[in-house]
Amino acid sequence: MLTKRIIPCLDVRAGRVVKGVNFEGVRDVSSPVALAKYYSDAGADELVFYDITASFEERALFTDILTETAKSVFIPLTVGGGINTVADFDRVLKCGADKVSVNSGAIRNPDLIYDAAKRYGSQCVVLSADVKRVNGVYRVFAKGGRENTGLDALEWLRRGEENGAGEIVLNSIDTDGVKRGFDLEMLAAVCEIVHIPVIASGGAGRAQDFITLFQTLPKVDAGLAASIFHFGEVKIKDLKLLMKENGVPVRI
Amino acid sequence: MIAVVDYGVGNLFSLVCSLRYIGAEAVVTREAAALRQADRIILPGVGAFGDAEKKLRETGLRETVLAEAGAGKPLLGICLGMQLLFDKSYEFGEHKGLGLIPGAVRPLTDIVPPEYKIPQMGWNALRFPHGKHPLFKYINEGDFVYFVHSYYAAGCDDFVIADTDYGAPVTAAAAKGNVMGCQFHPEKSGAVGLAILRAFCETEEFKC
Repeated sequence: MLTKRIIPCLDVRAGRVVKGVNFEGVRDVSSPVALAKYYSDAGADELVFYDITASFEERALFTDILTETAKSVFIPLTVGGGINTVADFDRVLKCGADKVSVNSGAIRNPDLIYDAAKRYGSQCVVLSADVKRVNGVYRVFAKGGRENTGLDALEWLRRGEENGAGEIVLNSIDTDGVKRGFDLEMLAAVCEIVHIPVIASGGAGRAQDFITLFQTLPKVDAGLAASIFHFGEVKIKDLKLLMKENGVPVRI
Repeated sequence: MIAVVDYGVGNLFSLVCSLRYIGAEAVVTREAAALRQADRIILPGVGAFGDAEKKLRETGLRETVLAEAGAGKPLLGICLGMQLLFDKSYEFGEHKGLGLIPGAVRPLTDIVPPEYKIPQMGWNALRFPHGKHPLFKYINEGDFVYFVHSYYAAGCDDFVIADTDYGAPVTAAAAKGNVMGCQFHPEKSGAVGLAILRAFCETEEFKC
């Protein structure tokens, strides 16, 4: 039986790890390479490097850091942020990424998922969506959660699977940064309509939130979080022991 | 020296990094001479079987791999590279494999219950149905490795050295003499995966 994956997300800017709270405000935490190694040793099942680069120079710094990480961390690495073309896929895959996550890039260019899946295989295409309730409907937001695209999230994700996405990261803007648990209602709706792995993101505030997530929604494959891990509020080792105690399949 | 066969299928960066990390000398090559000179050969691969088999043939390395394996050189296939070791595959048609291990590659949907997601993507535990193979000398039954696959090796029960439970027993690794293959990705399976690569790189009894 596959274990439920715990995935720390490292937001990287100018070669350093940062974490936005509700996508605003940025705090410098640590070196990405050191942090990646630390998480891998602690039992993280996968890592996401999210590139929040603002300039060409920073982008080069990002790929350097990715390469450095891939030399000493041997768990799956996913890269997101600034992925707009198949050439962007190529750039990060060559530097050591195993999967690439697309968000706004897929909204701007609806062929991106199909083209990338065809070239590199579905297993390496992750569709990440920032979703928020607007008048009772799940809407996809672009540009780091700032712009309502008007797209119906369920339809968008279903189409993403059809076009070849191999995995979905569902980030609920409604619960992100609030730290009162994952958006179970939104996740349940998405799990109903897709057949590929779903990674829950946004809202984890304590270890129990992951237990609730996996026990309530057995179809969810993984839980992703950033600040609670970076600030040591939840230690991955402790979290995994708690998952085991609660009968959640886990790799220890 | 470990030769990693570069036949234009998949990303070899992580694999080479992991080999260097454990102190093995590794070279990525598409030269037959380099495969002949190497002590051991790794056949990687991701993607579709038919396409990979064709590329291996077109590079001319198919015959070299077969000759070296036939001469007793340790050969490790990884993921699609493992599947290529078998007689044939039914991925999008029927394709001939290297025929180094008896068996055929079939869709997971043949055996896995419908509620299981395809591909199998994530960490699953290894079981050793016929005892511990030397490839696993540094790890234990129950250790977790990272899988990403939609097809599996079937009809090779006598050669299965590890399987995993995905609603049905799924071949995780197979071996016949000096030829062995892992369906999972040792280069992405943390310390357990590195320990498997280390065993492959240093075990003398694989040579025959």
